[in-house]
Amino acid sequence: MSVLNSKVPEGPIKDKWTNHKNNINLVNPANKRLIDIIVVGTGLAGGAAAASLAEMGYKVKAFAFQDSPRRAHSIAAQGGINAAKNYQNDGDSIYRLFYDTVKGGDYRGREANVYRLAEVSANIIDQCVAQGVPFAREYGGLLDNRSFGGVLVSRTFYAKGQTGQQLLLGAYSAMNRQIGKGKIKMYNRHEMLELVVVDGKARGIIARDMITGKLERHSAHAVIIASGGYGNIFFLSTNAMGSNATAAWRIHKKGAYFANPCYTQIHPTCIPRSGEYQSKLTLMSESLRNDGRIWVPKNMEDVEGIRSGKVKPKDLSEDQRDYYLERRYPAFGNLVPRDVASRAAKERCDAGYGVNRTGEAVFLDFASAIQRYGAEKAHVLGIHDPSKEKITELGKAVIEDKYGNLFQMYQKITADNPYETPMMIYPAVHYTMGGIWVDYNLMTTIPGCYAAGEANFSDHGANRLGASALMQGLADGYFVLPYTVGDYLADEIRTGPIPTDLPEFEAAEKEVSDRLSKLINIKGSQSVDHFHKELGKVMWNNVGMARNEAGLKEAISKIRAIREEFWKDVRIPGGMEELNPELEKAARVADFLELGELFALDALQRNESCGGHFREESVEQDGEQKGEAKRDDVNFKYVAAWEWTGDPGEAKLHKEELDFKDIELKQRSYK
Amino acid sequence: MSEKGMNLTLKIWRQKNAKAQGKMETYQLTDISEHMSFLEMLDVLNEQLINADEEPVAFDHDCREGICGMCSLYINGEAHGPDRGVTTCQLHMRMFNDGETITIEPFRAKAFPVIKDLIVDRESFDRIQHAGGFVSVNTSGNTQDANALPIPKIDADNAFDAATCIGCGACVATCKNASAMLFVSAKVSQFALLPQGQVEAKERVLNMVNQMDLEGFGNCTNTGACEVECPKGISLDNIARMNREYLGASVKTDK
Repeated sequence: MSVLNSKVPEGPIKDKWTNHKNNINLVNPANKRLIDIIVVGTGLAGGAAAASLAEMGYKVKAFAFQDSPRRAHSIAAQGGINAAKNYQNDGDSIYRLFYDTVKGGDYRGREANVYRLAEVSANIIDQCVAQGVPFAREYGGLLDNRSFGGVLVSRTFYAKGQTGQQLLLGAYSAMNRQIGKGKIKMYNRHEMLELVVVDGKARGIIARDMITGKLERHSAHAVIIASGGYGNIFFLSTNAMGSNATAAWRIHKKGAYFANPCYTQIHPTCIPRSGEYQSKLTLMSESLRNDGRIWVPKNMEDVEGIRSGKVKPKDLSEDQRDYYLERRYPAFGNLVPRDVASRAAKERCDAGYGVNRTGEAVFLDFASAIQRYGAEKAHVLGIHDPSKEKITELGKAVIEDKYGNLFQMYQKITADNPYETPMMIYPAVHYTMGGIWVDYNLMTTIPGCYAAGEANFSDHGANRLGASALMQGLADGYFVLPYTVGDYLADEIRTGPIPTDLPEFEAAEKEVSDRLSKLINIKGSQSVDHFHKELGKVMWNNVGMARNEAGLKEAISKIRAIREEFWKDVRIPGGMEELNPELEKAARVADFLELGELFALDALQRNESCGGHFREESVEQDGEQKGEAKRDDVNFKYVAAWEWTGDPGEAKLHKEELDFKDIELKQRSYK
Repeated sequence: MSEKGMNLTLKIWRQKNAKAQGKMETYQLTDISEHMSFLEMLDVLNEQLINADEEPVAFDHDCREGICGMCSLYINGEAHGPDRGVTTCQLHMRMFNDGETITIEPFRAKAFPVIKDLIVDRESFDRIQHAGGFVSVNTSGNTQDANALPIPKIDADNAFDAATCIGCGACVATCKNASAMLFVSAKVSQFALLPQGQVEAKERVLNMVNQMDLEGFGNCTNTGACEVECPKGISLDNIARMNREYLGASVKTDK
């Protein structure tokens, strides 16, 4: 019997959340004023939770390492947010969104959580519109939708290519209202460096004021970690430079189990790297695959011609091109899920067909969409027999309206004009489906400590569908935590304020202070970035898009070696009690160096291919699916939740068996 | 990657902390690729400084894709540097020439005090938002259906354009008066254009403008520099709209 209790309520799946809400404990309004809640991270999940809990009457303290809550990396999400509104009358429903998400996640998510996510999705859109979020609209004044990978309906709401920005600013505005009222106390430029556990319950955090360098003790009756994912473990990713795993890793080391660390999403459409100095990678929204067609040349001489600049991509005729996604997956074509599209790009590039100097790029081409939209627009405008130039001009205007900011972003980075020549793209690390293990209430294995948004593992299984991260972040923050946290806090109304002079606070602060002073006193010879890049290379080469036993074992020993070297030879200029970006980075990289090993260990034990986790040993050998990833439901239909035991390599594995009662387990097929 | 890179001279504002006296320091860099972003060029400088056992240059940055609004450098006398429609992190070295001297300063304004080197404190922007940059609606699973209230596409599009402000402060840094009118008007406009924002429109504009003045931002004298340097192309029309809203609210407020 597993020690993990997912606390999924009884009853039919469509009634679970309603029944649960009807039965959980409530805190009366007068008592809410006596209860403190700490929220770490102010992205969609943290921002929405902080605002909602403060509206309800709790005293909220929110923490962000940036200079304002508005800068959290949710802001960079581009494409959109899913919701089962069925405004397009294309047969969408809560069940269908639930089904698509479970299937898209390759049957490695928890059914009840995913169903609840689909259930509250429609409320999110209503809430955001009421806040004044300017979603894209049709001429009739109603909300517009678009389609995303892995689904057959149009359920994605969007605001050009800046949906994350608009939703985050919505949550930020809701926070601002509460900050203005004094209901949220906002701590900008503060980083959580430790969780404080008293009598087995989460009771506070140790945070560092990043301007003065002083350590601070903050107490609360519940702590919510909404600090995002750990994609930066690869050094190069589409995450922000500051995105880190420290809050999540710190609670892991205090008793929160870490689930499925190996489930990473490698996003198929990012701008390829240009050199060794590269500091991060930039995503080009998946929404571009609605209109862009992905291809490489069919013939090797054309590949070489393009690389040397002798051949222009647009000069190749249709039959000289290999639209490999359309060829391999006729039903979904360019809109297959992200993991499938990424592996297909890697397959072509590994075979030598990459179209840039590094051999790691494929084309994303808008020429046919420009012609199609241009012809439609000419028809609407009543232009008969439009010239080819006119059609192109009109088509470009339509494309600009849909994706203008993305095209501009691409052009600024690469100096190529994507209206004239196809974009070059390559997969990059984008999102981590794994994260802190939580039960149905989003509580971790530490009572009173919750994890929300990308920081938890709960809803996306082994692969996340496009436009579902924003949905999950806001669902957790607006519509799940405000209920479930109350259920726990109902027992805390007599606790009173938690003093910060308890020995547990003392010890936690000392632990942080010792760790930082140890780091700064190594005074070695290599920069933090040096070690971070080394780790990133091992992660990308051995624990990236394709993994095998030998490579993973090698990764584990290499990561251990880098970690050892780091603690002997890192150089951090400056002092502890001042603004010190190198010290901030060092503390985060120290945690990445431990998480990396657990990550590889998790990938090693999961000897199956599922979603974003591809084991070369587990591939379909014959039939229509030959060469595709092979899932193993007999042996691996579980969540791997790891318990810290003092060393990442010695973590103890707990399994939460997944039960599929409402969806039949099937091999995913997008053919 | 065998092409020869650029050699550059950098003049950078160094200031130990908010209270210390700052000054310009000169640094040399060699072999900088034109494909690098401006911040990657600073990464190279910092790596060089760390290896020489000197303190790296502190600067704000996070998403490095032009949307978080964290980066905030004043380069050769222009907020976010010589390119148009970009943040500092989107600026690339192909905008500079071999042998060039590049001057890098923080965004300067009374309401943006320097914290360290090139990092400034922009919490004054947040405080203006606390004063009214929201629609007073609580989280509720019973909010009316999103499509119950159609909004003309043109209004929604204009509201969106105003809402794309990233709060970087380039408008303030570039304005000779250090005025925050473009920033404040973007939020006022977004809500003024939408029916959801109408209910509190009068109070909002009065409160936000009042807070803007309290923070020590200057007045607007319509030079339009803010619009030119704004990485998101926020239009001066928003300032005109805010002025109308403000005037209307000032004369009509029933108190």
